[in-house]
Amino acid sequence: MDKKSMKGWLYLLPAILFLGFFLVYPLIDVFIYSFEEGYNSASQTYYGVGLYNYAYVLRDPYFLQAVKNTFILVIITVPVSTGLALLISVGLSSIKPLRNLYQTVYFLPYVTNTLAVGLVFMILFKQTPYTDGLVNLILGWFGAGPVDFIDGPYWAKMFVLCFYTVWVVMPFKILILTSALASVNQSYYNAAKVDGTSRLRVFTKISLPMISPTVFYLIITGFIGAFKAYSDAVALFGANLNAAGMNTIVGYVYDMLYGDSGGYPSFASAAAIILFAIVLTITCINLLVSRKHVHYE
Amino acid sequence: MKVVLQNLTKKYPSRNKNSRGEVVAVNDFSFEIPDGQLIGLLGPSGCGKSTTLNLLSGLQKPTSGRIFFGDDDVTRLPAEKRGVGVVFQNYALYPHLTVLQNILFPLQNLKGKDRLSKSAMLEKANEVARLVQIDGLMDRRPSELSGGQQQRVAIARALVKMPRILLMDEPLSNLDARLRLQTREEIRRIQRETKITTVFVTHDQDEAMSISDMIVVMKDGVVQQIGKPQEVYDDPVNLFVAKFLGTPPINVFRGSVRGGRLYIGEDVLLRVNGVPDQQVFVGIRPEGFVLNDRGAFGCALGRVEVMGRDISVVAAHPNAESPTVRAIISAENRANVAAGEVRFDVKPGKVFLFNQATQERIRFKTDGRGSDT
Repeated sequence: MDKKSMKGWLYLLPAILFLGFFLVYPLIDVFIYSFEEGYNSASQTYYGVGLYNYAYVLRDPYFLQAVKNTFILVIITVPVSTGLALLISVGLSSIKPLRNLYQTVYFLPYVTNTLAVGLVFMILFKQTPYTDGLVNLILGWFGAGPVDFIDGPYWAKMFVLCFYTVWVVMPFKILILTSALASVNQSYYNAAKVDGTSRLRVFTKISLPMISPTVFYLIITGFIGAFKAYSDAVALFGANLNAAGMNTIVGYVYDMLYGDSGGYPSFASAAAIILFAIVLTITCINLLVSRKHVHYE
Repeated sequence: MKVVLQNLTKKYPSRNKNSRGEVVAVNDFSFEIPDGQLIGLLGPSGCGKSTTLNLLSGLQKPTSGRIFFGDDDVTRLPAEKRGVGVVFQNYALYPHLTVLQNILFPLQNLKGKDRLSKSAMLEKANEVARLVQIDGLMDRRPSELSGGQQQRVAIARALVKMPRILLMDEPLSNLDARLRLQTREEIRRIQRETKITTVFVTHDQDEAMSISDMIVVMKDGVVQQIGKPQEVYDDPVNLFVAKFLGTPPINVFRGSVRGGRLYIGEDVLLRVNGVPDQQVFVGIRPEGFVLNDRGAFGCALGRVEVMGRDISVVAAHPNAESPTVRAIISAENRANVAAGEVRFDVKPGKVFLFNQATQERIRFKTDGRGSDT
């Protein structure tokens, strides 16, 4: 090894060590645990090797509920948040006065404390002995009965979770999309204007293709982020998500490790590997689909 | 389509908020462009030529003044209703669309009764593609084309909707030297064939002179001179125009007029009848020198550059505004230019006098050489 590449490796060493210890090694470990039946982390023992962990997890109603919840969350929030962010960004880039103010307003959720956000949602949705919550108040004006969004029917809880997720992830998307739109060369818009292009057509035929790499990036990271959702559900429904029927895959993994039903690292590992497989598959599908619709200059 | 500009003025508010001043990008521009002509707007950067183009296209609104296309007042008409075709400096071809889709784009924008059937659109697109000779490249994307081909696509896209006028912003500046020569001929040919009134902007006088029917020389937002290229070259109204046109550039000397004779240093160049005594700038075109051992004007010889057809004599003179004086002489005149001093006669038609304060042209009549030898 010559001197120059030694130097390079030296610079990389801290990152390699950290990633190796805290990412690569655990990842491999998790993979191994997922095949070791009844692994006990204290005694480092297990009964045997096989696919029993997977079989158990895939038959566990809590896990199936978590998978269902996660998929619903992903399928609803990723398109909705990306679409809304796109609309808002296009709106932002086509106004001049007060643009900075609006930009700040839309970015505020990003810098707001999660607990504060949770509190706001509580006020909006939670039923207490004293009030039905702000949303129920508004629903009441239209004659719709009070709905218990936090402890009530499944669809109501899912609605709140999706609403919360969309609201939390949107600021970042708006930020990224606004800067992507700003980087599109003005002369394309001038050319379109001279040719009398309608606004809709400018958006679909020029803006959107031009920022398609950014949109694609947001969709991929959005999918991955939504599949990994957990803390949002906890913020809304408390730590016992299985009881609320609102658990997510990551939540299930956590519960298997530390929850009431905790102490099952093998099941947790199997669930984590299943999640990994799902995310990998979805990302690959995304890549394949995008090849046709994303234009890199 | 005849285009009339009436007292066109465009002011921008000053960038510096503390100063009240405005930047006048275009100042009181009046000009009538005859139908079917190719007009070159020429000037250095920041002279307002691109602003003028944007005012014509409708991308910018004038502060005052009016614009007519034919008899229509289009001053307040937005860009999309003016029916102009624009070729942008960077071409602004949509990178994600093929050449064909790019050319079809303006046609697909049309609505209602103006909208053509699909086959009619295709036919039109193919027609302009043939005109600009890119019909073999219809399925490519802009990134797969050379600069010259992109430029043709841009022209095709501007022409396909049959614009009332065609505007081109620095159409050749992104091309290499050889392609530039070829493309400017091409622009000329296309303009002749379509007979669309065309205005193009350039800072390259060579480009403007070679293909324009008329050129407009601008400086600091003010039109300096309008005319046929050769006329402007042969008869500049002020020192700026004289310096801006011509390669190699005109040689400028500090001289004086005394008793009806033009002096540079102690040399008497010409009799200049009817010019009062004063200090002047003397502009002499490089081709205005004639080698003559006993000529009226002496310079210190620098070097001789042989360029095939011509010889370029590079000399120096203490009164010259630039460090070198360049004279172009036909190669047949292989005179003895090895000596330390070189002497010239000057062609009166290639000598221009300018007022030293205003830099305006001083016209004179001459009956030849000033000295009595």
